[in-house]
Amino acid sequence: MTPDKVEKNILINAPAETVYRVITDPDQISQWFADAAELDPVPGGQGRLTFEDRATTQRMSVRLTVHAAEPPHRFAFRWDYPEGERPAEGNSLLVEFTLAAEGTGTRLRVTESGFAALRKPDEDKAVYYEAHDKGWDAHLASLQGYVAGQS
Amino acid sequence: MSQGSPEAGGRDLPPGEDELWEAVADPSRRKVLDLILARGQATPTTLAAELPFTRQAVAKHLAVLARAGLVEARREGREVYYSVRAERLDEAAQVMARAAQAMAAAAARWDRRLHAIKRLAEEQAHTSPAQLPGE
Repeated sequence: MTPDKVEKNILINAPAETVYRVITDPDQISQWFADAAELDPVPGGQGRLTFEDRATTQRMSVRLTVHAAEPPHRFAFRWDYPEGERPAEGNSLLVEFTLAAEGTGTRLRVTESGFAALRKPDEDKAVYYEAHDKGWDAHLASLQGYVAGQS
Repeated sequence: MSQGSPEAGGRDLPPGEDELWEAVADPSRRKVLDLILARGQATPTTLAAELPFTRQAVAKHLAVLARAGLVEARREGREVYYSVRAERLDEAAQVMARAAQAMAAAAARWDRRLHAIKRLAEEQAHTSPAQLPGE
């Protein structure tokens, strides 16, 4: 297998319409993905994700372009391409969500592909991923605290 | 031809990571490499006899591996023997390991994101019962 793609899926006890809103609404994206999000969730729509590293208060912002938006079945975007470039195969990662009814809920699948082409500036990427991870760990901790406080 | 090289030309990195990556990313090619490694050295004829590939396919794989510097050829009479260049194989292993690490990290990030999406969607589904038919 060429290590170019990651695939994950989860069963969600909610209608596809609700799940679709969570993955496309900027106000909600800022709760599961980035610290701040701007996005026009239509094909060709532009967006920006901002990640904050809570330890250093450093900010990193990443652009994204919507590749496909077919509510409530499919949503795809390209991200992580250099400023000033158009997103295409070879300079960006493609994220694809598919939503399918399963039982009384929704099976949400996500694939992220394009790593093989993107791996070029290895050191930049390593720094980038690390920055993301830090942001995420901090975000996850706050989220877990929130969820624990609920129950 | 490796596409999308960031710099025009990009020749100054002698057999660079691109070639290395291209060479080892293909599972069939890794089989050829594994077999040469197991035998110490091998001719295209013996490789083709032991692997489910045609002689032409073996020759192609060997050419890619040689271009990446992973194998070297030595002629003895009418036979050409291929052997693995250990130091280059080490580099390839590192490239693969780094890629595997990046992929594993990406997969873990998506797992966390999916769980966060699940929590958000289920919260909303349960606080707005109008969305759920029946029950």
